[in-house]
Amino acid sequence: MAKITRDEVVHVARLARLELTADEVETFTDQLAKVLDHAADVEALDVGDVPPTAHPYPLANVLRPDELRPSLDRQAVLDGAPVAEQGQFRVPPVLGEAP
Amino acid sequence: MTAVPTPGVNALDIARSVRAGDRLAVDVVDEHLAAIAERDGEIHAFNLVMADEARQAALAIDRRVAAGEDPGPLTGVPVALKDNLCTAGIPTTCSSRILEGWRPPYDATVVERLRAAGAIVVGKTNLDEFAMGSSTENSAFGPTRNPHDTSRVPGGSSGGSAAAVAARFAPLALGSDTGGSIRQPAALCGVVGAKPTYGRVSRYGLVAFASSLDQIGPFARTVGDAAALFEAIGGHDPCDATSIPRPVPAVSAALDRGVAGLRVGLVSELLDAEGIEPDVAARVRQAAEALEQAGAKVDDVSVPAVIYGLSAYYLIAPAEASSNLARYDGVRFGLRVEAPTTGEMYDRTRTAGFGAEVKRRIMLGTYALSAGYYDAFYGKAQRVRTLILRDFQAAYERVDVLLAPTSPSTAFPLGAKTSDPLTMYLNDVCTIPSNLSGDPAVSVPFGTGDDGLPVGVQVLAPALGEEVMFRVAAALEPAVPAV
Repeated sequence: MAKITRDEVVHVARLARLELTADEVETFTDQLAKVLDHAADVEALDVGDVPPTAHPYPLANVLRPDELRPSLDRQAVLDGAPVAEQGQFRVPPVLGEAP
Repeated sequence: MTAVPTPGVNALDIARSVRAGDRLAVDVVDEHLAAIAERDGEIHAFNLVMADEARQAALAIDRRVAAGEDPGPLTGVPVALKDNLCTAGIPTTCSSRILEGWRPPYDATVVERLRAAGAIVVGKTNLDEFAMGSSTENSAFGPTRNPHDTSRVPGGSSGGSAAAVAARFAPLALGSDTGGSIRQPAALCGVVGAKPTYGRVSRYGLVAFASSLDQIGPFARTVGDAAALFEAIGGHDPCDATSIPRPVPAVSAALDRGVAGLRVGLVSELLDAEGIEPDVAARVRQAAEALEQAGAKVDDVSVPAVIYGLSAYYLIAPAEASSNLARYDGVRFGLRVEAPTTGEMYDRTRTAGFGAEVKRRIMLGTYALSAGYYDAFYGKAQRVRTLILRDFQAAYERVDVLLAPTSPSTAFPLGAKTSDPLTMYLNDVCTIPSNLSGDPAVSVPFGTGDDGLPVGVQVLAPALGEEVMFRVAAALEPAVPAV
């Protein structure tokens, strides 16, 4: 596997919605490369015929009866938000124009 | 009334005396609050001490006892909660700026169960931000210090909970364990810390880090107390779809059954793993001898795939974390950094709110899941996880429990491993395999290393094997070498 590049770090930061300074890009490129180097042992294994484990104690189709039951109080949930208005979470414009 | 101060008294002894009316819960709480006030400035185990709430809860317990009621098996026992467990109306920060000031609208299931058992929550403990770390140095609110030597780390990520129990601020605490975050700090602080089987304890109200690995578990100063706390919090919860629909075994009742006839395996790969200090390995072998003298049959056992555990974990856990932490975007909880558009608001909020280690893991996980790398990294790590599960299953056909070190070394100095993330990650080499397999494991204090600091021995058991796990742990307790 090729080493992770600065450009990839910048791309991944954008995907993760993080703004990195030039110094941070440098540091992360270095540090992520080290961790991925360590993971080379896993990468090198031939495990094509081994099924993946997503969950150590598989439970299938966990359902509950489709019955009404009390949920969290709306105001209590909105109280935790940075900005709420008219019973909803308020955010800045999404498409750029003023509301 | 007895004059012996309760800080330092075991949980079950406190519960017994409060239930019997020999002590008042409010006195127990006041004495522990005094211990916290006296020394937590130095240790920083707590992000928040809930003095008023704890006293009110204690007075309510005392009224119930006076009225002839039995509030439960943990009546009047102070408990410290890792600050990634939701408490209704009480700040829950995950030691992150991004959740500073947020008050959850509900209690975690474990918090409800603690109250139902008569226990009293005394505060929220410090952790590595979002439970990512092995030293509690990644907290946005400053590090916790090891009560045995304040120049050293308490381990992590549940370092505040481990330190609180070791410093006698509370006889019990809860932590969460994704790659060793209960067991490793327990070892470094000289207390008992257990990670139950994945799904044994409801995670409803535990702030998610890596959902296929996270598990809540107990800290205590004795195996008996840890077992009692496990019984109080365990069992099926319809609010957690990954919760195992089975009753929790009565582990306490089996603690004194001894180990005669049990087969115990020493995990060769973990005794010889990278960076295991010789004095730590020696204590593990000494623990094996103690079990042999108590009638167990001890053998070396190979679990070959565990050597890939660390690599697989540091792909799987960050991948799941990058997804779980996508929810911190300035809309619904905690911090928002205002910006002209929602997209910029997301970016600025996350950039300002997350610390360096959290950003590092989000980056690593996003990379491991990104187009072109998913199969090579995340997909492959999941297949390696299957190998580890299979090797453990094969080992448990030969033995009933496994023994290993908990941490490669005793507590290290603050700052010793902060400059190189990989060096820090290597602390988890012995604990990670149980998270990947989902099996239970407990760290029991077993003497000290050459530096006089606590060493933990780890007892690993097959899935749902908490009974035999705690039984073996209890058998180690009387054999602990004198310090």
